[in-house]
Amino acid sequence: MATTSAALTSVVSPRRFNHDLAVYVKEAKYEFLKYLRIPVYSFSTVLFPVMFYVLFGLLMNRQGTIGQVSVSTYLIASYGTFGVMGASLFANGVGVASERGLGWMQVKRASPMPPFAYFFAKLVASMIFGSIIVLLLLILGIAFGGVHIALLSALKLLAVLIMGAIPFCAMGLAIGYFAGPNSAPALVNIIYLPISFASGLWIPLAFLPKFLQKFATVLPPYHLAQLALQTVGGFGHGLNSTHWEFLAGFTLLCLGIARLGFHRDEGKTYG
Amino acid sequence: MSASVLRSLQESEQKGNGNMSPVVASLNRISKNYGEVQALRNVNLAIHAGELLALLGPNGAGKTTAVKLLLGLAKPTAGNVSVFGGNPVEAEFRMRTGAMLQVAKVPETLRVREHIDLFSSYYLNPLPMSETLAIAGLESIKDRKFGELSGGQRQRVLFALAICGNPDLLFLDEPTVGLDVEARRLLWEQIRKLLARGKTVLLTTHYLQEADALATRVIVINRGVIAAEGTPSEIKARSAGKQIRCVTSLSIDAVRRMPGVVEVLQDREALQIKATEAEPVLRQILASDQAISGIEVTSAGLEEAFLALTEDHNLTQPETLGSN
Repeated sequence: MATTSAALTSVVSPRRFNHDLAVYVKEAKYEFLKYLRIPVYSFSTVLFPVMFYVLFGLLMNRQGTIGQVSVSTYLIASYGTFGVMGASLFANGVGVASERGLGWMQVKRASPMPPFAYFFAKLVASMIFGSIIVLLLLILGIAFGGVHIALLSALKLLAVLIMGAIPFCAMGLAIGYFAGPNSAPALVNIIYLPISFASGLWIPLAFLPKFLQKFATVLPPYHLAQLALQTVGGFGHGLNSTHWEFLAGFTLLCLGIARLGFHRDEGKTYG
Repeated sequence: MSASVLRSLQESEQKGNGNMSPVVASLNRISKNYGEVQALRNVNLAIHAGELLALLGPNGAGKTTAVKLLLGLAKPTAGNVSVFGGNPVEAEFRMRTGAMLQVAKVPETLRVREHIDLFSSYYLNPLPMSETLAIAGLESIKDRKFGELSGGQRQRVLFALAICGNPDLLFLDEPTVGLDVEARRLLWEQIRKLLARGKTVLLTTHYLQEADALATRVIVINRGVIAAEGTPSEIKARSAGKQIRCVTSLSIDAVRRMPGVVEVLQDREALQIKATEAEPVLRQILASDQAISGIEVTSAGLEEAFLALTEDHNLTQPETLGSN
Protein backbone atom coordinates (compact mmCIF):
# COMPACT_ATOMS: atom_id res chain seq x y z
CA MET A 1 0.00 0.00 0.00
CA ALA A 2 2.28 2.80 1.16
CA THR A 3 5.32 0.79 0.29
CA THR A 4 6.32 -2.54 -1.12
CA SER A 5 9.42 -2.78 0.99
CA ALA A 6 7.73 -5.05 3.54
CA ALA A 7 7.15 -7.56 0.78
CA LEU A 8 10.70 -7.15 -0.50
CA THR A 9 12.34 -7.66 2.87
CA SER A 10 10.23 -10.72 3.47
CA VAL A 11 11.87 -12.29 0.43
CA VAL A 12 15.28 -11.47 1.78
CA SER A 13 15.05 -12.61 5.39
CA PRO A 14 13.39 -15.83 6.55
CA ARG A 15 12.93 -14.42 10.04
CA ARG A 16 11.08 -11.50 8.59
CA PHE A 17 8.98 -13.83 6.47
CA ASN A 18 7.89 -15.89 9.48
CA HIS A 19 7.23 -12.73 11.40
CA ASP A 20 5.07 -11.29 8.61
CA LEU A 21 3.20 -14.57 8.27
CA ALA A 22 2.39 -14.48 11.98
CA VAL A 23 1.15 -10.89 11.59
CA TYR A 24 -1.14 -11.87 8.69
CA VAL A 25 -2.67 -14.67 10.75
CA LYS A 26 -3.15 -12.49 13.83
CA GLU A 27 -4.55 -9.61 11.82
CA ALA A 28 -7.10 -11.94 10.22
CA LYS A 29 -8.05 -13.49 13.55
CA TYR A 30 -8.74 -10.13 15.19
CA GLU A 31 -10.50 -8.81 12.11
CA PHE A 32 -12.88 -11.76 12.30
CA LEU A 33 -13.38 -11.35 16.05
CA LYS A 34 -13.97 -7.64 15.61
CA TYR A 35 -16.83 -8.20 13.16
CA LEU A 36 -18.18 -11.21 15.00
CA ARG A 37 -18.70 -8.96 18.03
CA ILE A 38 -20.50 -6.25 16.08
CA PRO A 39 -24.09 -7.51 16.14
CA VAL A 40 -25.19 -5.20 13.33
CA TYR A 41 -22.61 -6.84 11.11
CA SER A 42 -22.70 -10.47 12.20
CA PHE A 43 -26.47 -10.62 12.56
CA SER A 44 -27.46 -8.81 9.43
CA THR A 45 -24.92 -10.43 7.14
CA VAL A 46 -25.60 -13.96 8.40
CA LEU A 47 -29.22 -13.68 9.40
CA PHE A 48 -30.67 -12.07 6.29
CA PRO A 49 -29.67 -14.71 3.75
CA VAL A 50 -30.56 -17.47 6.18
CA MET A 51 -33.94 -15.93 6.98
CA PHE A 52 -34.74 -15.42 3.30
CA TYR A 53 -33.79 -19.00 2.62
CA VAL A 54 -36.03 -20.31 5.39
CA LEU A 55 -38.92 -18.22 4.08
CA PHE A 56 -38.64 -18.77 0.35
CA GLY A 57 -36.76 -22.05 0.22
CA LEU A 58 -38.17 -24.00 3.11
CA LEU A 59 -41.57 -22.61 4.08
CA MET A 60 -43.03 -21.46 0.77
CA ASN A 61 -41.72 -23.39 -2.22
CA ARG A 62 -41.03 -26.81 -0.83
CA GLN A 63 -42.17 -28.84 -3.82
CA GLY A 64 -41.07 -26.57 -6.67
CA THR A 65 -38.26 -27.20 -9.09
CA ILE A 66 -36.28 -24.86 -11.31
CA GLY A 67 -34.64 -26.57 -14.27
CA GLN A 68 -33.29 -29.84 -12.91
CA VAL A 69 -33.00 -28.82 -9.27
CA SER A 70 -35.43 -28.30 -6.44
CA VAL A 71 -36.14 -24.76 -5.29
CA SER A 72 -34.56 -25.51 -1.92
CA THR A 73 -31.30 -26.54 -3.62
CA TYR A 74 -31.36 -23.71 -6.14
CA LEU A 75 -31.80 -21.13 -3.41
CA ILE A 76 -28.80 -22.43 -1.42
CA ALA A 77 -26.64 -21.34 -4.33
CA SER A 78 -28.36 -17.99 -4.85
CA TYR A 79 -28.72 -16.99 -1.18
CA GLY A 80 -25.18 -18.26 -0.63
CA THR A 81 -24.07 -15.79 -3.30
CA PHE A 82 -26.16 -13.09 -1.65
CA GLY A 83 -24.60 -13.85 1.74
CA VAL A 84 -21.01 -13.86 0.51
CA MET A 85 -21.59 -10.60 -1.33
CA GLY A 86 -23.10 -8.94 1.76
CA ALA A 87 -20.35 -10.13 4.11
CA SER A 88 -17.65 -8.89 1.70
CA LEU A 89 -19.25 -5.55 0.84
CA PHE A 90 -19.99 -4.61 4.44
CA ALA A 91 -16.61 -5.67 5.86
CA ASN A 92 -14.70 -3.84 3.14
CA GLY A 93 -16.97 -1.03 1.99
CA VAL A 94 -18.23 0.09 5.38
CA GLY A 95 -15.14 -1.09 7.26
CA VAL A 96 -12.62 0.73 5.07
CA ALA A 97 -14.73 3.90 4.75
CA SER A 98 -15.03 4.19 8.51
CA GLU A 99 -11.45 3.21 9.39
CA ARG A 100 -10.10 5.48 6.71
CA GLY A 101 -12.35 8.42 7.48
CA LEU A 102 -12.07 8.26 11.26
CA GLY A 103 -8.32 7.93 11.55
CA TRP A 104 -7.82 4.29 12.50
CA MET A 105 -6.24 3.35 9.18
CA GLN A 106 -3.64 6.02 9.75
CA VAL A 107 -2.69 4.53 13.10
CA LYS A 108 -2.22 1.19 11.35
CA ARG A 109 -0.21 2.73 8.54
CA ALA A 110 2.08 4.52 10.97
CA SER A 111 2.87 1.17 12.58
CA PRO A 112 5.20 -1.40 11.01
CA MET A 113 2.23 -3.56 9.98
CA PRO A 114 2.88 -5.11 6.54
CA PRO A 115 0.45 -3.01 4.45
CA PHE A 116 -1.24 -5.94 2.73
CA ALA A 117 -2.02 -7.62 6.04
CA TYR A 118 -4.83 -5.11 6.46
CA PHE A 119 -6.55 -6.12 3.22
CA PHE A 120 -5.74 -9.78 3.64
CA ALA A 121 -7.45 -9.74 7.05
CA LYS A 122 -10.60 -8.21 5.62
CA LEU A 123 -10.67 -10.76 2.81
CA VAL A 124 -10.22 -13.68 5.20
CA ALA A 125 -12.87 -12.36 7.60
CA SER A 126 -15.30 -11.98 4.68
CA MET A 127 -14.53 -15.51 3.50
CA ILE A 128 -15.13 -16.94 6.97
CA PHE A 129 -18.47 -15.16 7.30
CA GLY A 130 -19.35 -16.28 3.77
CA SER A 131 -18.52 -19.89 4.67
CA ILE A 132 -20.64 -19.72 7.81
CA ILE A 133 -23.60 -18.55 5.74
CA VAL A 134 -23.16 -21.24 3.07
CA LEU A 135 -22.75 -23.99 5.67
CA LEU A 136 -25.87 -22.84 7.55
CA LEU A 137 -27.86 -22.86 4.30
CA LEU A 138 -26.60 -26.36 3.47
CA ILE A 139 -27.44 -27.68 6.93
CA LEU A 140 -30.93 -26.14 6.87
CA GLY A 141 -31.57 -27.35 3.32
CA ILE A 142 -30.46 -30.90 4.03
CA ALA A 143 -32.26 -31.10 7.38
CA PHE A 144 -35.53 -29.39 6.46
CA GLY A 145 -35.67 -28.87 2.71
CA GLY A 146 -35.13 -32.38 1.41
CA VAL A 147 -31.95 -31.27 -0.31
CA HIS A 148 -29.83 -34.12 -1.61
CA ILE A 149 -26.33 -33.04 -2.37
CA ALA A 150 -23.15 -35.09 -2.75
CA LEU A 151 -20.33 -34.14 -0.40
CA LEU A 152 -18.11 -33.27 -3.34
CA SER A 153 -20.75 -30.93 -4.81
CA ALA A 154 -21.23 -29.27 -1.46
CA LEU A 155 -17.49 -28.72 -1.16
CA LYS A 156 -17.34 -27.35 -4.70
CA LEU A 157 -20.19 -24.97 -3.92
CA LEU A 158 -18.39 -23.80 -0.80
CA ALA A 159 -15.13 -23.33 -2.70
CA VAL A 160 -16.76 -21.33 -5.49
CA LEU A 161 -18.53 -19.06 -3.04
CA ILE A 162 -15.40 -18.56 -0.94
CA MET A 163 -13.53 -17.53 -4.08
CA GLY A 164 -16.53 -15.35 -4.84
CA ALA A 165 -15.64 -13.17 -1.87
CA ILE A 166 -12.67 -11.80 -3.84
CA PRO A 167 -14.55 -9.67 -6.42
CA PHE A 168 -16.92 -8.31 -3.78
CA CYS A 169 -14.10 -7.49 -1.38
CA ALA A 170 -12.49 -5.57 -4.23
CA MET A 171 -15.80 -3.84 -4.88
CA GLY A 172 -16.04 -3.04 -1.17
CA LEU A 173 -12.57 -1.46 -1.26
CA ALA A 174 -13.56 0.68 -4.23
CA ILE A 175 -16.61 1.90 -2.29
CA GLY A 176 -14.66 2.25 0.96
CA TYR A 177 -12.02 4.49 -0.63
CA PHE A 178 -14.58 6.88 -2.03
CA ALA A 179 -17.44 6.89 0.46
CA GLY A 180 -17.41 8.79 3.74
CA PRO A 181 -17.75 6.92 7.02
CA ASN A 182 -21.39 7.93 7.45
CA SER A 183 -22.58 7.45 3.91
CA ALA A 184 -20.91 4.09 3.30
CA PRO A 185 -23.58 1.84 4.91
CA ALA A 186 -26.35 3.50 2.93
CA LEU A 187 -24.31 3.40 -0.26
CA VAL A 188 -23.56 -0.29 0.15
CA ASN A 189 -27.24 -1.04 0.69
CA ILE A 190 -28.26 1.04 -2.32
CA ILE A 191 -25.91 -0.94 -4.52
CA TYR A 192 -26.13 -4.35 -2.93
CA LEU A 193 -29.87 -4.89 -2.60
CA PRO A 194 -30.91 -3.89 -6.15
CA ILE A 195 -28.12 -5.81 -7.87
CA SER A 196 -28.93 -8.89 -5.77
CA PHE A 197 -32.52 -8.74 -6.91
CA ALA A 198 -31.63 -8.01 -10.53
CA SER A 199 -29.12 -10.86 -10.58
CA GLY A 200 -31.86 -13.31 -9.63
CA LEU A 201 -30.56 -14.03 -6.15
CA TRP A 202 -33.93 -13.59 -4.41
CA ILE A 203 -36.29 -14.70 -7.12
CA PRO A 204 -34.83 -16.96 -9.82
CA LEU A 205 -34.14 -15.11 -13.07
CA ALA A 206 -36.62 -17.27 -14.98
CA PHE A 207 -39.44 -15.54 -13.08
CA LEU A 208 -38.14 -12.05 -13.78
CA PRO A 209 -39.03 -9.90 -16.80
CA LYS A 210 -37.01 -10.41 -19.99
CA PHE A 211 -35.20 -7.06 -19.82
CA LEU A 212 -33.95 -7.87 -16.32
CA GLN A 213 -32.73 -11.27 -17.51
CA LYS A 214 -30.66 -9.47 -20.15
CA PHE A 215 -29.47 -6.81 -17.73
CA ALA A 216 -28.36 -9.46 -15.23
CA THR A 217 -25.50 -10.53 -17.50
CA VAL A 218 -23.59 -7.33 -16.72
CA LEU A 219 -23.96 -7.78 -12.94
CA PRO A 220 -21.20 -9.56 -11.01
CA PRO A 221 -23.52 -11.44 -8.59
CA TYR A 222 -25.29 -13.01 -11.57
CA HIS A 223 -22.01 -14.53 -12.73
CA LEU A 224 -21.08 -15.84 -9.29
CA ALA A 225 -24.58 -17.27 -8.84
CA GLN A 226 -24.32 -19.11 -12.17
CA LEU A 227 -21.03 -20.67 -11.11
CA ALA A 228 -22.51 -21.64 -7.75
CA LEU A 229 -25.63 -23.12 -9.38
CA GLN A 230 -23.63 -25.36 -11.66
CA THR A 231 -21.88 -26.98 -8.71
CA VAL A 232 -25.25 -28.21 -7.40
CA GLY A 233 -26.43 -29.44 -10.81
CA GLY A 234 -28.46 -26.39 -11.70
CA PHE A 235 -28.94 -25.37 -15.25
CA GLY A 236 -26.52 -22.50 -15.59
CA HIS A 237 -26.59 -19.87 -18.28
CA GLY A 238 -23.44 -19.31 -20.28
CA LEU A 239 -19.98 -20.78 -20.13
CA ASN A 240 -18.13 -21.24 -16.84
CA SER A 241 -15.00 -19.65 -18.22
CA THR A 242 -16.94 -16.54 -19.22
CA HIS A 243 -18.26 -16.17 -15.68
CA TRP A 244 -14.78 -16.49 -14.18
CA GLU A 245 -13.36 -14.06 -16.72
CA PHE A 246 -16.10 -11.56 -16.00
CA LEU A 247 -15.45 -11.78 -12.24
CA ALA A 248 -11.68 -11.50 -12.69
CA GLY A 249 -12.09 -8.44 -14.90
CA PHE A 250 -14.52 -6.91 -12.43
CA THR A 251 -12.06 -7.52 -9.58
CA LEU A 252 -9.26 -5.74 -11.44
CA LEU A 253 -11.52 -2.84 -12.31
CA CYS A 254 -12.54 -2.42 -8.66
CA LEU A 255 -8.94 -2.65 -7.44
CA GLY A 256 -8.03 0.03 -9.97
CA ILE A 257 -10.78 2.28 -8.65
CA ALA A 258 -9.72 1.60 -5.05
CA ARG A 259 -6.15 2.52 -6.01
CA LEU A 260 -7.32 5.84 -7.42
CA GLY A 261 -9.13 6.48 -4.16
CA PHE A 262 -6.04 5.58 -2.18
CA HIS A 263 -3.90 8.06 -4.12
CA ARG A 264 -6.58 10.71 -3.88
CA ASP A 265 -6.47 10.24 -0.11
CA GLU A 266 -2.71 10.59 0.12
CA GLY A 267 -2.84 14.27 -0.68
CA LYS A 268 -5.53 14.89 1.89
CA THR A 269 -5.68 15.11 5.61
CA TYR A 270 -6.50 11.49 6.15
CA GLY A 271 -5.74 8.28 4.34
CA MET B 1 16.89 8.54 39.01
CA SER B 2 13.64 10.43 38.85
CA ALA B 3 12.35 11.71 35.57
CA SER B 4 12.61 15.33 36.58
CA VAL B 5 16.22 14.97 37.70
CA LEU B 6 17.05 13.27 34.45
CA ARG B 7 15.29 16.00 32.59
CA SER B 8 17.14 18.79 34.29
CA LEU B 9 20.41 16.93 33.75
CA GLN B 10 19.68 16.68 30.08
CA GLU B 11 18.71 20.31 30.00
CA SER B 12 21.90 21.47 31.67
CA GLU B 13 23.98 19.17 29.54
CA GLN B 14 22.46 20.56 26.38
CA LYS B 15 22.80 24.10 27.56
CA GLY B 16 26.18 23.64 29.17
CA ASN B 17 28.37 22.47 26.36
CA GLY B 18 26.12 23.55 23.53
CA ASN B 19 26.49 20.31 21.60
CA MET B 20 23.36 18.23 21.56
CA SER B 21 23.07 14.48 21.28
CA PRO B 22 22.82 13.09 17.72
CA VAL B 23 19.84 13.85 15.53
CA VAL B 24 17.47 10.87 15.17
CA ALA B 25 14.89 12.48 12.90
CA SER B 26 14.60 15.69 10.98
CA LEU B 27 12.58 17.78 8.59
CA ASN B 28 14.86 19.57 6.17
CA ARG B 29 13.51 22.65 4.38
CA ILE B 30 10.08 21.09 4.33
CA SER B 31 7.07 22.61 2.68
CA LYS B 32 3.74 20.85 2.55
CA ASN B 33 0.70 22.07 0.68
CA TYR B 34 -2.77 20.58 0.77
CA GLY B 35 -4.11 22.00 -2.45
CA GLU B 36 -4.13 25.76 -1.97
CA VAL B 37 -3.40 25.51 1.71
CA GLN B 38 0.21 25.78 2.86
CA ALA B 39 0.43 23.71 6.02
CA LEU B 40 4.20 24.02 6.42
CA ARG B 41 6.60 26.46 4.83
CA ASN B 42 10.31 25.81 4.61
CA VAL B 43 10.50 24.24 8.06
CA ASN B 44 13.71 22.87 9.54
CA LEU B 45 13.35 20.73 12.59
CA ALA B 46 15.62 18.20 14.25
CA ILE B 47 14.85 15.74 17.01
CA HIS B 48 17.84 14.77 19.14
CA ALA B 49 18.30 11.44 20.89
CA GLY B 50 16.92 11.31 24.41
CA GLU B 51 15.06 14.60 24.31
CA LEU B 52 11.39 15.39 24.56
CA LEU B 53 10.76 17.96 21.92
CA ALA B 54 7.41 19.69 22.23
CA LEU B 55 5.90 21.15 19.11
CA LEU B 56 3.68 23.85 20.49
CA GLY B 57 1.12 25.70 18.45
CA PRO B 58 -2.54 26.56 18.04
CA ASN B 59 -4.93 24.37 16.06
CA GLY B 60 -4.05 24.44 12.41
CA ALA B 61 -0.46 25.52 13.01
CA GLY B 62 0.96 22.56 11.12
CA LYS B 63 1.89 20.35 14.09
CA THR B 64 0.00 17.30 12.91
CA THR B 65 1.33 17.76 9.39
CA ALA B 66 4.88 17.71 10.75
CA VAL B 67 4.13 14.46 12.60
CA LYS B 68 2.55 12.90 9.52
CA LEU B 69 5.59 13.76 7.42
CA LEU B 70 7.91 12.23 10.00
CA LEU B 71 5.76 9.10 10.03
CA GLY B 72 5.70 8.84 6.25
CA LEU B 73 1.92 9.29 6.18
CA ALA B 74 2.17 12.32 3.94
CA LYS B 75 4.61 13.26 1.23
CA PRO B 76 6.33 16.62 1.46
CA THR B 77 5.70 19.10 -1.34
CA ALA B 78 9.35 20.15 -1.07
CA GLY B 79 12.26 19.26 1.14
CA ASN B 80 13.25 15.99 2.71
CA VAL B 81 12.36 13.94 5.76
CA SER B 82 14.85 11.75 7.51
CA VAL B 83 14.14 9.26 10.29
CA PHE B 84 17.11 7.25 11.60
CA GLY B 85 18.92 8.39 8.49
CA GLY B 86 16.35 6.88 6.14
CA ASN B 87 12.93 7.31 4.60
CA PRO B 88 10.16 6.95 7.19
CA VAL B 89 7.92 4.89 4.91
CA GLU B 90 10.26 1.93 5.09
CA ALA B 91 9.22 -0.83 7.46
CA GLU B 92 12.73 -1.04 8.86
CA PHE B 93 12.42 2.47 10.30
CA ARG B 94 8.83 2.04 11.37
CA MET B 95 10.06 -0.82 13.57
CA ARG B 96 11.93 1.80 15.58
CA THR B 97 9.10 4.30 15.92
CA GLY B 98 5.77 4.33 17.69
CA ALA B 99 2.96 6.79 17.18
CA MET B 100 -0.03 8.01 19.10
CA LEU B 101 -2.24 9.89 16.65
CA GLN B 102 -5.53 11.69 16.93
CA VAL B 103 -8.12 9.14 15.98
CA ALA B 104 -11.87 9.57 16.03
CA LYS B 105 -12.75 5.91 16.17
CA VAL B 106 -10.88 2.79 17.21
CA PRO B 107 -12.40 -0.68 16.68
CA GLU B 108 -14.57 -0.91 19.75
CA THR B 109 -15.25 -4.60 19.96
CA LEU B 110 -11.66 -5.67 20.54
CA ARG B 111 -10.37 -5.93 24.08
CA VAL B 112 -7.49 -3.84 25.39
CA ARG B 113 -5.09 -6.80 25.49
CA GLU B 114 -6.16 -7.88 22.00
CA HIS B 115 -5.34 -4.48 20.55
CA ILE B 116 -1.95 -4.59 22.27
CA ASP B 117 -1.32 -8.18 21.21
CA LEU B 118 -1.92 -7.27 17.56
CA PHE B 119 0.23 -4.13 17.56
CA SER B 120 3.00 -5.89 19.47
CA SER B 121 3.07 -8.55 16.76
CA TYR B 122 4.02 -5.91 14.16
CA TYR B 123 7.37 -5.35 15.89
CA LEU B 124 10.31 -7.72 15.94
CA ASN B 125 11.22 -7.07 19.58
CA PRO B 126 8.11 -5.91 21.40
CA LEU B 127 7.79 -5.39 25.13
CA PRO B 128 6.17 -8.24 27.02
CA MET B 129 2.42 -7.66 27.31
CA SER B 130 2.62 -7.32 31.10
CA GLU B 131 5.18 -4.55 30.79
CA THR B 132 3.17 -2.61 28.22
CA LEU B 133 0.09 -2.90 30.42
CA ALA B 134 2.06 -1.73 33.44
CA ILE B 135 3.66 1.27 31.72
CA ALA B 136 0.32 2.45 30.35
CA GLY B 137 -1.53 1.66 33.58
CA LEU B 138 -3.98 -0.73 31.94
CA GLU B 139 -3.64 -3.92 34.04
CA SER B 140 -7.03 -3.60 35.68
CA ILE B 141 -8.88 -3.01 32.41
CA LYS B 142 -7.00 -5.29 30.04
CA ASP B 143 -10.05 -7.48 29.41
CA ARG B 144 -12.42 -4.62 28.67
CA LYS B 145 -13.52 -3.85 25.18
CA PHE B 146 -12.29 -0.57 23.79
CA GLY B 147 -15.84 0.70 23.42
CA GLU B 148 -16.42 0.37 27.16
CA LEU B 149 -13.54 2.64 28.17
CA SER B 150 -13.53 6.25 29.36
CA GLY B 151 -11.75 8.97 27.42
CA GLY B 152 -8.66 8.82 29.58
CA GLN B 153 -8.50 5.04 29.37
CA ARG B 154 -8.85 5.17 25.60
CA GLN B 155 -5.94 7.57 25.32
CA ARG B 156 -3.89 5.23 27.53
CA VAL B 157 -4.65 2.34 25.17
CA LEU B 158 -3.49 4.40 22.19
CA PHE B 159 -0.42 5.27 24.23
CA ALA B 160 0.14 1.54 24.88
CA LEU B 161 -0.08 0.83 21.14
CA ALA B 162 2.59 3.47 20.55
CA ILE B 163 5.01 2.02 23.09
CA CYS B 164 4.32 -1.73 22.86
CA GLY B 165 6.97 -2.27 20.18
CA ASN B 166 9.61 -0.79 22.47
CA PRO B 167 10.49 1.84 19.83
CA ASP B 168 13.36 4.31 20.25
CA LEU B 169 11.41 7.25 18.92
CA LEU B 170 7.85 8.14 19.84
CA PHE B 171 5.44 10.55 18.23
CA LEU B 172 2.64 11.72 20.49
CA ASP B 173 0.19 13.92 18.61
CA GLU B 174 -1.84 15.91 21.14
CA PRO B 175 -1.98 12.97 23.54
CA THR B 176 -3.94 14.72 26.28
CA VAL B 177 -6.47 16.65 24.23
CA GLY B 178 -9.94 16.34 25.75
CA LEU B 179 -8.71 14.70 28.96
CA ASP B 180 -9.59 15.88 32.45
CA VAL B 181 -6.89 17.10 34.81
CA GLU B 182 -6.33 13.78 36.52
CA ALA B 183 -6.13 11.74 33.33
CA ARG B 184 -3.74 14.32 31.91
CA ARG B 185 -1.43 14.10 34.91
CA LEU B 186 -1.44 10.31 34.71
CA LEU B 187 -0.43 10.39 31.06
CA TRP B 188 2.26 12.96 31.83
CA GLU B 189 3.71 10.60 34.42
CA GLN B 190 3.81 7.82 31.85
CA ILE B 191 5.50 10.06 29.29
CA ARG B 192 8.12 11.07 31.86
CA LYS B 193 8.83 7.39 32.55
CA LEU B 194 9.56 6.85 28.86
CA LEU B 195 12.01 9.68 28.87
CA ALA B 196 13.69 8.18 31.90
CA ARG B 197 14.09 4.96 29.90
CA GLY B 198 16.10 6.87 27.33
CA LYS B 199 13.42 7.18 24.67
CA THR B 200 13.19 10.12 22.33
CA VAL B 201 9.79 11.78 22.12
CA LEU B 202 8.18 14.30 19.82
CA LEU B 203 5.06 15.66 21.43
CA THR B 204 2.62 18.09 19.89
CA THR B 205 0.39 20.13 22.08
CA HIS B 206 -1.48 23.37 22.20
CA TYR B 207 -1.10 23.66 25.95
CA LEU B 208 1.86 25.80 26.98
CA GLN B 209 1.52 24.21 30.41
CA GLU B 210 1.97 20.75 28.95
CA ALA B 211 5.09 21.70 27.02
CA ASP B 212 6.40 23.30 30.20
CA ALA B 213 5.71 20.20 32.28
CA LEU B 214 7.27 17.69 29.92
CA ALA B 215 9.61 19.14 27.35
CA THR B 216 13.35 19.42 27.30
CA ARG B 217 13.03 21.69 24.29
CA VAL B 218 10.09 23.54 22.75
CA ILE B 219 9.49 24.63 19.19
CA VAL B 220 6.62 27.05 18.75
CA ILE B 221 4.99 26.68 15.40
CA ASN B 222 2.35 28.97 13.98
CA ARG B 223 0.80 29.14 10.55
CA GLY B 224 3.25 26.69 9.11
CA VAL B 225 6.46 28.37 10.22
CA ILE B 226 8.61 28.06 13.31
CA ALA B 227 8.02 31.08 15.50
CA ALA B 228 10.34 30.34 18.39
CA GLU B 229 12.59 27.66 19.77
CA GLY B 230 14.13 27.15 23.19
CA THR B 231 13.83 25.54 26.61
CA PRO B 232 10.40 25.78 28.27
CA SER B 233 11.60 28.57 30.55
CA GLU B 234 13.00 30.53 27.64
CA ILE B 235 9.74 30.20 25.79
CA LYS B 236 7.72 31.25 28.81
CA ALA B 237 9.95 34.25 29.33
CA ARG B 238 9.39 35.31 25.77
CA SER B 239 5.66 34.81 25.92
CA ALA B 240 3.33 37.45 27.24
CA GLY B 241 4.07 36.93 30.91
CA LYS B 242 1.48 37.16 33.68
CA GLN B 243 -1.95 38.56 34.09
CA ILE B 244 -2.93 40.20 37.38
CA ARG B 245 -6.50 41.03 38.26
CA CYS B 246 -7.36 43.01 41.38
CA VAL B 247 -9.73 45.58 42.83
CA THR B 248 -7.71 48.62 43.77
CA SER B 249 -8.19 52.28 44.41
CA LEU B 250 -5.10 53.09 42.34
CA SER B 251 -5.72 54.80 39.05
CA ILE B 252 -5.07 53.07 35.77
CA ASP B 253 -2.39 55.59 34.98
CA ALA B 254 -0.60 55.02 38.29
CA VAL B 255 -0.47 51.31 37.65
CA ARG B 256 0.53 51.79 34.06
CA ARG B 257 3.58 53.77 35.18
CA MET B 258 4.89 50.92 37.36
CA PRO B 259 7.96 49.16 35.94
CA GLY B 260 7.20 45.74 34.44
CA VAL B 261 3.60 46.61 33.54
CA VAL B 262 2.78 46.05 29.90
CA GLU B 263 -0.86 46.96 29.70
CA VAL B 264 -3.73 47.87 32.04
CA LEU B 265 -7.42 47.60 31.34
CA GLN B 266 -10.46 48.43 33.43
CA ASP B 267 -12.70 45.40 33.72
CA ARG B 268 -15.85 46.30 35.65
CA GLU B 269 -14.71 47.14 39.21
CA ALA B 270 -11.30 45.50 38.76
CA LEU B 271 -8.10 46.24 36.90
CA GLN B 272 -6.70 43.75 34.43
CA ILE B 273 -2.91 44.13 34.41
CA LYS B 274 -0.50 42.48 32.01
CA ALA B 275 3.02 42.26 33.31
CA THR B 276 6.26 40.58 32.32
CA GLU B 277 6.56 39.27 35.86
CA ALA B 278 3.89 39.21 38.54
CA GLU B 279 5.86 39.57 41.78
CA PRO B 280 7.52 43.01 41.37
CA VAL B 281 4.28 44.57 40.17
CA LEU B 282 2.30 43.00 43.00
CA ARG B 283 4.81 44.28 45.54
CA GLN B 284 4.39 47.81 44.27
CA ILE B 285 0.61 47.66 44.23
CA LEU B 286 0.44 46.10 47.71
CA ALA B 287 2.77 48.77 49.05
CA SER B 288 0.75 51.66 47.67
CA ASP B 289 -2.79 50.38 48.22
CA GLN B 290 -3.75 48.94 51.65
CA ALA B 291 -7.33 48.27 50.55
CA ILE B 292 -6.51 46.07 47.58
CA SER B 293 -8.70 42.99 47.26
CA GLY B 294 -9.58 40.11 44.98
CA ILE B 295 -6.07 39.45 43.69
CA GLU B 296 -5.77 36.81 40.96
CA VAL B 297 -2.61 35.96 39.10
CA THR B 298 -2.70 33.83 35.97
CA SER B 299 -0.22 32.93 33.29
CA ALA B 300 -0.86 34.65 30.04
CA GLY B 301 -3.17 32.64 27.82
CA LEU B 302 -1.62 30.65 25.06
CA GLU B 303 -3.25 32.86 22.49
CA GLU B 304 -1.43 35.83 23.98
CA ALA B 305 1.79 33.87 24.17
CA PHE B 306 1.51 33.11 20.49
CA LEU B 307 0.74 36.67 19.65
CA ALA B 308 3.78 37.78 21.55
CA LEU B 309 5.98 35.16 19.96
CA THR B 310 4.76 35.62 16.45
CA GLU B 311 4.86 39.41 16.61
CA ASP B 312 8.57 39.14 17.42
CA HIS B 313 9.08 37.61 14.07
CA ASN B 314 7.06 40.10 12.11
CA LEU B 315 5.18 37.42 10.35
CA THR B 316 2.90 38.46 7.60
CA GLN B 317 0.85 35.48 6.59
CA PRO B 318 -2.25 34.95 4.56
CA GLU B 319 -5.25 33.83 6.57
CA THR B 320 -5.85 30.47 4.93
CA LEU B 321 -2.95 28.59 6.43
CA GLY B 322 -2.70 25.35 8.22
CA SER B 323 -5.32 22.69 8.33
CA ASN B 324 -4.61 19.87 10.68
